[in-house]
Amino acid sequence: MTSPLITADLVAVDLVATDRDDATRQLIDLLAAAGRVTDADGFHADVRAREAQMATGMPGGIGLPHARSAHVTVPSLAVGKVPGGVDFGAPDGPATLVFLIAAPDSGDSAHLQILAALARRLVHESFRQSLKDAPDAATVAQIVTREVVPA
Amino acid sequence: MKLVAVTSCPTGIAHTYMAAEALEQAGRAAGHEVAVETQGAAGSMPLDPRVIAEADGVIYAADLEVKDKDRFVGKPFVDVGVKKAVHDAPGVIAAAVAAVGSGVVAPAAGPAAAPVTKVDANAGVGTRVRQWLMTGVSYMIPFVAAGGILIALSFMLAQLAWGDEGVVLVTEVPVDDLMTSFNVASLQDWAVLLFRTGGVAFAFLVPVLSGFIAYAIADRPGLVPGFVGGSVSMLVGAGFLGGLVTGFLAGFVALWISRWKVPKGVRGVMPVVVIPLLSSFVVGLVMFVIIGRPIASLMDGLSSWLNGLSGNNLVLLGLLLGAMMGFDLGGPINKVAYTFAVTGLATEGLDADATQYKIMAAVMAAGMVAPLAMALATVVRKKLFTHAERENGKAAWLLGASFISEGAIPFAAADPWRVIVSSVVGSSVTGGLVMAFGCTLRAPHGGIWVLPLISNPLGFILAIAVGVVVMAAIVIALKSAKPNPLVEAEQAADEQALVGQAA
Repeated sequence: MTSPLITADLVAVDLVATDRDDATRQLIDLLAAAGRVTDADGFHADVRAREAQMATGMPGGIGLPHARSAHVTVPSLAVGKVPGGVDFGAPDGPATLVFLIAAPDSGDSAHLQILAALARRLVHESFRQSLKDAPDAATVAQIVTREVVPA
Repeated sequence: MKLVAVTSCPTGIAHTYMAAEALEQAGRAAGHEVAVETQGAAGSMPLDPRVIAEADGVIYAADLEVKDKDRFVGKPFVDVGVKKAVHDAPGVIAAAVAAVGSGVVAPAAGPAAAPVTKVDANAGVGTRVRQWLMTGVSYMIPFVAAGGILIALSFMLAQLAWGDEGVVLVTEVPVDDLMTSFNVASLQDWAVLLFRTGGVAFAFLVPVLSGFIAYAIADRPGLVPGFVGGSVSMLVGAGFLGGLVTGFLAGFVALWISRWKVPKGVRGVMPVVVIPLLSSFVVGLVMFVIIGRPIASLMDGLSSWLNGLSGNNLVLLGLLLGAMMGFDLGGPINKVAYTFAVTGLATEGLDADATQYKIMAAVMAAGMVAPLAMALATVVRKKLFTHAERENGKAAWLLGASFISEGAIPFAAADPWRVIVSSVVGSSVTGGLVMAFGCTLRAPHGGIWVLPLISNPLGFILAIAVGVVVMAAIVIALKSAKPNPLVEAEQAADEQALVGQAA
């Protein structure tokens, strides 16, 4: 219950992806390897279903695939920095920063508060920029852990 | 400018909150106050009603149905969807400001019957209890109106179709006839159809009341035990007062069970199986075993006591029967008085002015008082009642005139002791007066539609009028003495809306 939202092994600093599905999959594999997702294929299907409803590309080069899923054990964030960019359907071009948010299906509200706080931080340009500037995985994880505090 | 916004998205974990943050930021940047309610997966913290009342306009950045949208009725709004708020919050704020300027007002689709599902968690106990009650009442009112008016129409038609005894005959046609031999050209068949349909709608009154009180307390898990409890309350003859008990009982039991810490594997089936199952069982147990028996023996006791009384002072008996009719409006005590009167009608070889006929007249007149008096009160002192109650008041005229006491239940359920105290006094006065005037009645129901079957109809109507005025005066006095915070909040919102429209 006290697992942090993100750790350094959930960050991919030089992600090379053919498309958004591929980028998402690589991040899912990180979550699965860390034991935060029990069934990578199942969770991937849930994320695809969400993505199909409405593209999650955000202004400022952000891709934000996410889902609530029974295959998620603990609320988690995986981050991929994609220098080459990958299209997430945002009007202003490809995403260079991809956040994969994984929420458990049956999470209680205290659990979900942390994800709400994360979503609120993502709106801030300064937060996104600090992640883009971060030199390595450990720094990305540190920034998220420091900045994302439930209201 | 002050704005309120509601955000939501399909998953409820990302866009809901990003939109909220973006709107708050963009609002601040443009010099406006923006308060956002995030209806997301983490549960939503409802906006303070005062903040809503003060808001100039509303932003819906919601991809899901906005919960409790009726809170925002009468305010200018923009409806943009969540994505637009995330991508272009400043544009959305500008659009909202423009909407306030041009005064595009949220449709007042139903401040009237709009269910008050909002319960402010920070309010005091008394206010919350009122809000729970009002939630149940506001969902019940359409059933009262639909069922009651159907039955009243059926009585009118029946008088046309059969003549004087129509209201009696219409109730005696078996349901099967309706399905096997309905004749479009037969006025009688139409009357039966309306009567039966209205009766079915009425069967929902107490379950809906109970179910939505429980819903207000426990949210969705409260619905099943609440409805079941309300139905059981009808079965054991506990009426709407029993329904109030089951509503609260079901709500708190469901709330309690839903807070259990359970193993992960069980969590998924809690809302669908475990909570409804256990809470319904508890409510059924309590109602059948613990509450059912005392009610049954109370009714038996009252009945035999009444039977022992008859033949003495008729005016006194009229006062007593009237008070009983007014007490619980279809509940056990009302039922004892009514059954006492109807059983008397069945006595063989009665004279035209037999005591039994007088008792029936007194009981029916008394049963008409409460809905009529509440209808009168909502007209005379509008400000003491919520929108929903005022709407119900309109239907209550017809229901009262047709001897459908249920028309007063929404008022009594929302504010039991003030309404019941005044109803007992007013109905009792009417019961006594009918006896004093020596009116008689040969039909068990029908209200003013059976006026031809009443001897001294003028006296009958005068007795009702006096009781109605007495009850309305008492209920107005009692309600004025202690204003209802819910009604005041509604009025503050109304005034705000008017000011907003003028500007």
